[in-house]
Amino acid sequence: MTRFLPAPALALLAALPLWLSDYGLGLMIGMVTYVTLASAWALFSGHTRYVSLATVAFYGTGAYTVAVLNEALPYPLVLLCAGGIGAAMALVVGLSTLRLAGVYFVIFTFGLAELVRQLITWYEVNVTGTLGRYIFLDVTAKGIYWQMLGLGALTIGLTAWIHRHRLGLALRVIGDDEVVAAHSGINLARTKLIAFTLSATIITLAGAIASPRWVYVEPSIVFNPTVSFLTVIMALLGGANRLWGPLLGAVPLFLLFEWLSVDFPDTYPIFLGLLFIGVVFAFPNGVLAGVESLRHRLKERRA
Amino acid sequence: MSFLSIENATKSFGGLKAVNDVSFTVEQGEIVGLLGPNGSGKTTLLNLVSGALPATSGRIALEGHALTGKRPDLIARAGVARTFQLVRILPSLTLEENVMIPAVFGTVAHWGAAAEAVAREALETVGLTDAGRRAGDLTYIDQKRLELARALAAEPRLLLLDEWLAGLNPTELAEGIALIRSLRETGITIVMVEHILEAVRALCPRCVVMNSGTLIADGATEKVLSDPHVIAAYLGEVEDA
Repeated sequence: MTRFLPAPALALLAALPLWLSDYGLGLMIGMVTYVTLASAWALFSGHTRYVSLATVAFYGTGAYTVAVLNEALPYPLVLLCAGGIGAAMALVVGLSTLRLAGVYFVIFTFGLAELVRQLITWYEVNVTGTLGRYIFLDVTAKGIYWQMLGLGALTIGLTAWIHRHRLGLALRVIGDDEVVAAHSGINLARTKLIAFTLSATIITLAGAIASPRWVYVEPSIVFNPTVSFLTVIMALLGGANRLWGPLLGAVPLFLLFEWLSVDFPDTYPIFLGLLFIGVVFAFPNGVLAGVESLRHRLKERRA
Repeated sequence: MSFLSIENATKSFGGLKAVNDVSFTVEQGEIVGLLGPNGSGKTTLLNLVSGALPATSGRIALEGHALTGKRPDLIARAGVARTFQLVRILPSLTLEENVMIPAVFGTVAHWGAAAEAVAREALETVGLTDAGRRAGDLTYIDQKRLELARALAAEPRLLLLDEWLAGLNPTELAEGIALIRSLRETGITIVMVEHILEAVRALCPRCVVMNSGTLIADGATEKVLSDPHVIAAYLGEVEDA
């Protein structure tokens, strides 16, 4: 049954803008964006357990690509360029870092996001002489919503396919034990690179698609590290190694953050911090795994 | 040409030569015991063969094709499988998935029903049932069984066992010996690091002995075990003997 549910649900989501107010549509764009980011993040990190904080490095790069090219190229080509740049960047980063394991990888990816932001700032100040850029595209909010919805559906579909394919099995083995993976004939570098590049390309595209909403961009806006942390915590909350886990984490957390940032703009970061701690303590393996083990325990008690 | 040839294999860690200029060959279908006191370099030598560590110098070849310098996944695909001294299972995967991995990514690259069939057969060989269980829930002996099943599912031509029989109780040990003996009938070649002499005598017609990284004896098991150099290596040199 669950296999046939996504299609009508997607159609319903696609029809949603017909009834929504501008505010509602903006909310939906944000939500679908985070579902896409969390799902794309989990595509690589969920099974391999390589925790990447580089989400915003790619997301921001996507947005910045649009900011630079939006007046020079037609929109589809701009998107294509963003995807290409994201993929190329992921390949370079992946080749140089996927040998790092554990906390070293986490720190590197965090550093990467900062590095990209500082490089662009330096370039804009010293070479082009301006810091901010404007994005003038005749893409409507509805258009952004539909594109992001399509990208999100594509991400979850791709993840489902990978789960059933050898690549998914290889990623799970890598997450459990890389030595065993290598000794079983799995090419570690290639497997990780494929998944990392797919994930990063999707994240870059998400940044490119979302960028017209900003109108004005500068590095400190589009390379906000909170995006990376939110993505991680959303995927972890739902369960990063489950197909629907990231979605399940992203929807409630996004709504919660939205409510907090509107109603408590000054104390919002405190709630954010508390929530991070709470999720890690309460659901170390994600809500889906938690529910499953609870059901398992209940069944055993009954038996 | 020998099936497995190890020529002047050397591995240095800084100033320490863990494996120092070791050479011997193994013929197809042989079961060779690799003996030596703790720290003599046996596991390091297995690591050089399986590609877990790169050799500092020397050449290791399987049927004339060099293994040295290759990545472990390529060596696995060439038909070499191993178990680890400290058991390495994949705790979040089921038994069947654990065992399926080398069948999927190994020499033959099975997928779907074919991979599952290979996995079930290997599980049956080592006597494990209930293939849907999570590997993390297994007892120690069953984890060892699982690791062997995984190695067998690779359908290897050369199997490296690193103290696979260590830590078993007498009943389990007898079962383990019978299991390895049954493998011999399949024509597989085995190099096994082992401390339990009972098992070595029962399984290995030939032994190779290492001490402090060098090869000190190579020959028929009974002869090697009574060699004064070997006894001295295990018990320490007797002064003025």
